[in-house]
Amino acid sequence: MGTTQSGILGGRLPLADYETNFSDLHPALDRHEALVASDRCYFCHDAPCMTACPTSIDIPLFIRQISTGNPIGSAKTIFDQNILGGMCARVCPTETLCEQACVRNTAEERPVEIGRLQRYATDIAMKENKQFYTRAASSGQKVAVVGAGPAGLACAHRLAVKGHEVVIYDAREKSGGLNEYGIAAYKTVDDFAQSEVDYVLSIGGIEVRHGQALGRDFSLGDLTEQYDAVFLGLGLAGVNALRIEGENAEGLDDAVDFIAALRQSKTKADIPVGRRVVVLGGGMTAIDAAVQAKLLGAEEVTICYRRGKEHMNASEFEQDLAASKGVTIRHWLQPKRIALKDGKVAGIELEYTRLEDGKLTTTGETGIIAADQIFKAIGQTFEASGLGSLAFEAGRIVTDAEGKTSAANVWAGGDCVLGGEDLTVSAVAMGRDAAEAINRAFAAATPQASAVA
Amino acid sequence: MADLRNNFVGIKSPNPFWLASAPPTDKAYNVERAFKAGWGGVVWKTLGEEGPPVVNVNGPRYGAIWGADRRLLGFNNIELITDRDLYVNLREMKQVKMNWPDRALIASIMVPCEEEAWKAILPLVEETGADGIELNFGCPHGMSERGMGAAVGQVPEYIEMVVRWCKQYTRMPVITKLTPNITDIRKPARAAKAGGTDAVSLINTINSIVSVDLDNFAPNPTVGGKGTHGGYCGPAVKPIALNMVAEIARDPETSGLPISGIGGITTWRDAAEFLVLGAGNVQVCTAAMTYGFKIVQEMISGLSDWMDAKGHRDLDDITGRAVPNVTDWQYLNLNYIAKAKIDQDSCIKCGRCHIVCEDTSHQAITQFVNGVRHFEVMDDECVGCNLCVSVCPVENCITMEELPAGAMDQRTGKPVDPNYANWTTHPNNPMARQAAE
Repeated sequence: MGTTQSGILGGRLPLADYETNFSDLHPALDRHEALVASDRCYFCHDAPCMTACPTSIDIPLFIRQISTGNPIGSAKTIFDQNILGGMCARVCPTETLCEQACVRNTAEERPVEIGRLQRYATDIAMKENKQFYTRAASSGQKVAVVGAGPAGLACAHRLAVKGHEVVIYDAREKSGGLNEYGIAAYKTVDDFAQSEVDYVLSIGGIEVRHGQALGRDFSLGDLTEQYDAVFLGLGLAGVNALRIEGENAEGLDDAVDFIAALRQSKTKADIPVGRRVVVLGGGMTAIDAAVQAKLLGAEEVTICYRRGKEHMNASEFEQDLAASKGVTIRHWLQPKRIALKDGKVAGIELEYTRLEDGKLTTTGETGIIAADQIFKAIGQTFEASGLGSLAFEAGRIVTDAEGKTSAANVWAGGDCVLGGEDLTVSAVAMGRDAAEAINRAFAAATPQASAVA
Repeated sequence: MADLRNNFVGIKSPNPFWLASAPPTDKAYNVERAFKAGWGGVVWKTLGEEGPPVVNVNGPRYGAIWGADRRLLGFNNIELITDRDLYVNLREMKQVKMNWPDRALIASIMVPCEEEAWKAILPLVEETGADGIELNFGCPHGMSERGMGAAVGQVPEYIEMVVRWCKQYTRMPVITKLTPNITDIRKPARAAKAGGTDAVSLINTINSIVSVDLDNFAPNPTVGGKGTHGGYCGPAVKPIALNMVAEIARDPETSGLPISGIGGITTWRDAAEFLVLGAGNVQVCTAAMTYGFKIVQEMISGLSDWMDAKGHRDLDDITGRAVPNVTDWQYLNLNYIAKAKIDQDSCIKCGRCHIVCEDTSHQAITQFVNGVRHFEVMDDECVGCNLCVSVCPVENCITMEELPAGAMDQRTGKPVDPNYANWTTHPNNPMARQAAE
């Protein structure tokens, strides 16, 4: 039994509907489908897809390995560059990365299904728990990694391969970062994020300490004292404020919390959602929140974005997905005031906007959308604490090309650094590359063994 | 509407598409279905001599290789000649011929290489009303171990001898089916002609192991853990067949001898290629075994539409038209110069032309121009080899452009000589030098 009652309620749908609604968005390819899909790859030289991948996976090679019946070899090709290739296969906006670059787009406007093929190969290897890497002899070097998200995990894994001891500190109860708490449930079903964490950590030499927050339980100074190197993969823990009337009303929630709660729920029926929902923002988080609100049984879901369609950070595919689920996307609307009733959210007053000489201004015209729940998805912020005198710019950690920060023996990567791209795959690349840089720094600092006379 | 009616050594059929002697023509049921679908003729699956029929294996008889999306490219079989009683076959042939008087019905025959054996079977076949006989000198597996099939086809003297017996003991036209498992196809063709054959048909299947089971270390198809070579056919063998047909068509000793073309014919275009290389009609098997008999409808309409578009009225208009253009390498014009040209508008930038030229040929295609990925032919390096055209995934994106006479060849720094000149007179040819001295 479902309900269309007003207010913010769980159990709006019959139980079985939740299961259907939150099933795999892109079901896995079976062997035959994978062979057909892989056959479309031209094995391009200096392939544009590979250049478009932030982790530079050798895509033509891994697809050829699938086509020749060697998915295990294919998975190794993927993991060599991206140990979180399984999650990236699920959550990468491939339509703006590898698949956008695929030459098949020019030929027939339909790229090779690179993401789904990557999932095919990595699923097989992970299901068989096929481990491709062993640790080098112990280096005696110890590295602290702060944050068990994509950047931290990728960094820790590569460091472990090189023979270093790694301790990961994470404020949350589970590892995975946004992979565990920040992605729509239908993109990563069956607790995949945790399976992947287990798969990555099984290399050994990595200890994870949960419930340990930087700035609360320890400082960067503590780490640099105890470890030979530190990697910061902190992510963005804060959320931008609306700075309008009614900001703290009941019914106004952070989209990231909603998304995290959905991921931690088994049935989804326990997650309350409004009958009429407004989501503020234009990125992937806004889409993830809006679509899932609809899938939970909200009657009416509207995304309001203060600029035009062409400015939205959410990819075309994500926008279409939202539309297909019945989400309305409205542009050129900026929040002005939260309308309240009995202290609770009753709607939102929005003001129309336009661009004037490249600057966003309001037109003075306003309108109200009724809502019993409003989600903020207007961007996350970096919350710096316990970082001492580390150099920042535009609210992010400044690093050089190798991820080195202004502090000695401290590297950083992922969303928390300047130039972070809000992409799992970019975070993985930065974590991996920082590990290589740390390894090089260790090697440079260690005197070459010389022959004993 | 082009006239597709076929008259092959006096055997008439409404179109030039016959089903080859093979599993699809094993019995009346199949042949009736083939005629209903529109096939112009059939060569009935090979008859053996009177007595207990041959037996076939009861495990897998076929193997295959596949291309994209499991499209069947090559096929192989170890089935023998008909395993049904001779008289059952003869009875059915007679009935089918009565039912379909306008279609061609040919009897394929394979009996031991003894005059009496041929003398015995020919009147029986003639009595069915069959339009002709085809001598199976091609079957490369099983029967050849017993001194028949390819074992005969590989010895020109035997071919000539058996053909002569057949011409002596029957009034039916004789088509001699040749095996490709020899080094020079002209020799058996000449022998067949010397024996008085009315026509040759080719190719039969090629000795092959189609694949190996890597778990059990045995060839496919595997029968109880062991395999044997089979006969290879299907699209993959077409180029071999085309060459052999052309060799016979242009050999002065066999020129004009009617040819029934066989080997990987799958579409109307394949058929047209055989016809223009000298075949009077074609025989098909694997395509039917892959898709069923209906494919003949595409072949008929395709051939007819192409002929209409090109203004060819009937099969005589096209048969052998390409034969004069098949020549020896030594007569190719060495002053003909072509360069590859990449149409930038249709280039999808896969880079394959560059990498194959760079790695395996003449380093004549750019990868970057002004720092941007850009594939362009360098005329000063291009020898016109056609490799880039062969590997480009986009049709007509890369073309070979002939340099006109007088134009500068950037590679050699010399203008294109307007005169035809071939190897026989080339100064680097030692034979030519000797002749000049």
